[in-house]
Amino acid sequence: MAPKTSPEIGGMGHSVKRKEDPRFLRGLGNYVDDVNLPGMLYLDIVRSPYAHATIKNIDISKATAIPGVLAVITGKDLEKYNLHWMPTLMSDTQMVLPVDKVMYQAQEVCAVLATDRYIAADGVEAVEIDYDPLPVVVDPKKALLPDAPVLRTDKKDKKDNHIWHWEWGNREATDQLFSEADVTVKEDIYIPRIHVSSIETCGCVASFDKVRGKLTVWMTTQAPHAIRTVFALVAGHVGLSEEKIQVISPDIGGGFGGKVPVYPGYVIAVAASVLTGKPVKWIEDRMENLQADSFARDYHITAELAGKKDGTLTALRIKTLADHGYTDAAANPSKFPAGLFHVCTGSYDLKAAHVEVDGVYTNKPPGGIAYRCSFRVTEAVHTIERMADLMAHEIGMDAAEFRMKNFIKPEQFPYKSALDWEYDSGDYGKALQLAMDRIGYNELRKEQAEKRARGELMGIGISSFTEIVGAGPSKHFDILGIKMFDSAEIRVHPTGKVIARFGTKSQGQGHETTYAQVIAEELGFPVDGIAVEEGDTDTAPYGLGTYASRSTPVAAAACAIACRKIRDKARKIAAYLLEAHEDDLEWEPGKFFVKGSPDRAKTIQEISLAAYTNHPPGMEAGLEAVNYYDPPNLTYPFGSYICVVDIDKGTGEIKIRRFVAVDDCGNIINPMIVEGQIHGGLTMGLGPALYEEIQYDESGNILQGSFMNYLLPTAVETPNWETDKTVTPSPHHPLGAKGVGESATVGAPAAIVNAVVDALWHLGVRHIDIPITSAKVWKLLRDAGVRG
Amino acid sequence: MAKVPIKVTVNGVEHSTDIEPRLLLVHYLRETLRLTGTHIGCDTSHCGACTVVMDGRAVKSCTVFAVQADGRSITTVEGLEQDGQLHPLQDGFFQEHGLQCGYCTPGMLMTGVAFLKSNNNPSDDEIRHAISGNLCRCTGYVNIIKAYQYAAQKMREGGA
Repeated sequence: MAPKTSPEIGGMGHSVKRKEDPRFLRGLGNYVDDVNLPGMLYLDIVRSPYAHATIKNIDISKATAIPGVLAVITGKDLEKYNLHWMPTLMSDTQMVLPVDKVMYQAQEVCAVLATDRYIAADGVEAVEIDYDPLPVVVDPKKALLPDAPVLRTDKKDKKDNHIWHWEWGNREATDQLFSEADVTVKEDIYIPRIHVSSIETCGCVASFDKVRGKLTVWMTTQAPHAIRTVFALVAGHVGLSEEKIQVISPDIGGGFGGKVPVYPGYVIAVAASVLTGKPVKWIEDRMENLQADSFARDYHITAELAGKKDGTLTALRIKTLADHGYTDAAANPSKFPAGLFHVCTGSYDLKAAHVEVDGVYTNKPPGGIAYRCSFRVTEAVHTIERMADLMAHEIGMDAAEFRMKNFIKPEQFPYKSALDWEYDSGDYGKALQLAMDRIGYNELRKEQAEKRARGELMGIGISSFTEIVGAGPSKHFDILGIKMFDSAEIRVHPTGKVIARFGTKSQGQGHETTYAQVIAEELGFPVDGIAVEEGDTDTAPYGLGTYASRSTPVAAAACAIACRKIRDKARKIAAYLLEAHEDDLEWEPGKFFVKGSPDRAKTIQEISLAAYTNHPPGMEAGLEAVNYYDPPNLTYPFGSYICVVDIDKGTGEIKIRRFVAVDDCGNIINPMIVEGQIHGGLTMGLGPALYEEIQYDESGNILQGSFMNYLLPTAVETPNWETDKTVTPSPHHPLGAKGVGESATVGAPAAIVNAVVDALWHLGVRHIDIPITSAKVWKLLRDAGVRG
Repeated sequence: MAKVPIKVTVNGVEHSTDIEPRLLLVHYLRETLRLTGTHIGCDTSHCGACTVVMDGRAVKSCTVFAVQADGRSITTVEGLEQDGQLHPLQDGFFQEHGLQCGYCTPGMLMTGVAFLKSNNNPSDDEIRHAISGNLCRCTGYVNIIKAYQYAAQKMREGGA
């Protein structure tokens, strides 16, 4: 689709260069650790070496004797203010600092407040703590055994480690279809615990002004407005009042879901600032970030798929154990404890499905955040794309042909899935065909057959995923009761320049550019004259923030609607100025003109000035609008990815030869930024597929607690991503757009795993859990009698 | 802790400071000199967000003590722009969308400044190896490689 606006205006469809880049390129960004206030103190945290232990004694005397150490804050100190526990987003409870017991390794035990970050670290070294170790529960399956120690002894009536049971779908219809099926496949799929590892860790600067009673917190948060309300609700009893809480989310060095939760460090820093009346900085280091901040995934899935001999899929059945660590601190909409996992029927037209998930407590850090995906969608997509591939291989049908046969057809949209979602739009076959054409699928299959005959290992993997993003319609979506709308507030200045503020918060997605392009598209102001601000709760309108690919589906929609309100008023002003009836005016980006007389026109800049200097009698002056957008539905971006791998028989090393990604996110605001999002998303799909995993030994010791062994893909491992697109607009979004930031992370792992299994299928390999390390492949090859 | 005097030239300006011997170079730059463009991303020298150029070589400033910089010359991201002209690499990152959140960007730039001085006609593969000590979680590296190539070409054309 050709852009409607000129490059100078820079509306939708233009690859406008980013407005945020000039400061970042000069080292002039303002990240939270760059905030420096006079008299600022530093907080550092003492963490538990044990995964489960009673705290017998905390001796702070040697720490407080160090010059520059002002205080050591313990759970007992916070208990005096009833701030030692806090609620989680899933209405569970989490310790801020423990009074008597630690529940995971690296848990916060107490905090040192000092005049300098080195002295604070000295203080941490000097605190002496006596622990009495307790039995540790690491395996969620063992956690449910009758003789397992009950972990949450703080909950009076808790007799086991089971948190909740959740199920969705039609059990009877699903069981019936399974009993009638010609073919069924079943697989245990573990999607391991991983960590987002944004290159900037988490932290805050809390500054409490005792005289004004005002708390300002600069904080690495993806959802500043919700955080402000949480602070007011949790600490209202100690005098924090919402109109006097200002949360500022400055430049954020990557979020990916890891900066949604409230971590204990933030709360301790706020408490320390309120108590001392001084600014307090807390910045975690990488090891703290990896070891204690929210994990993602950790789903133990058993999936079954039923179908007919001709390859027609009929039903899906899933049971899952969700390891939540010691508390359910997942970041999901309230009504969905397993997130949007029930989008697990994927891109296929199934007759019935049933999914069950059980949440379990273990001695691990809490979490259950998204890792660049929309609330457990990656778990869902990985499962269905693995199972579909398994079924295709099982019945001997080509994996692409099998998908084409089972896809929801374009004419079926809007499509009600077997698990009750209403998919807005899609053309799955078109995307897969484009990916096949781009990569040369048929030639590759021929090459694979020839290589297999020679004993060489080559695999081709497909993933045809459907995402579900843009939470969400207020009927179903809220966090702690706050509905998941989002907002835009747009003000046009007399000289025809614009400032716009939003309830979301960019962490690298380029909102300052893309929102400006939406305004340029709708009102015809050049992007250069549009300033976009987010992240300051004193100035921006209320919104639920940026995660789950919701900024374009929700806040950009709010932006478009607010622009249209402004345009409606601009039309009235133009009619007044042109002495014409407003129904006789036509709009083209940037001006109104009288139908049939294009010379009788008023530009949006002239109208802007008139709104303050010559507005119609009886009309309010000014030109501005606010919109709080409650989406009628989610958006369902989709795509097809094809991966080609070559495997070294001697070492088990997987070489990704090519990876073609065809994405469809509806109408595109900025093609350059969308492609960048897909490149990054693919790389965050590659990491978990081949490298990333957090494991614990039987004592609850973390095995990948630093970048020494938690392996992120570098430029050397990352292939040269090849991208393409189809465009199927969302019918309900004002711009026809869908979210895109996470599609690639959701879709990529299954393509890689399917390629590796495809390369090894003839050796009897049916499934490999991610991450597929060379060691795992090497062992499979040796077990199959293959020598290098 | 007893302090020791150091003399360091940073972005062409000489600084004489008394510092603790344990002070890391990255903290000296960020907190003593308030040059906060250099970032911290890990504790183990893996991420490269703190990369600066010291006497022409890219070093990870989280793994260098400030006292080791005594008598040396350091360039940070703040020193790249000259007379209002962006360094070709800065321009390359802008043109090729080589950055998103911007956090790894200063390190990526400084690694590139040293690398392209030694090789202004690199292959993509050479660039991939040159930045293998700099982690980026946003871009997937493809556009960073394009940005390096953009800069290399500009530098070849400019005779730099």
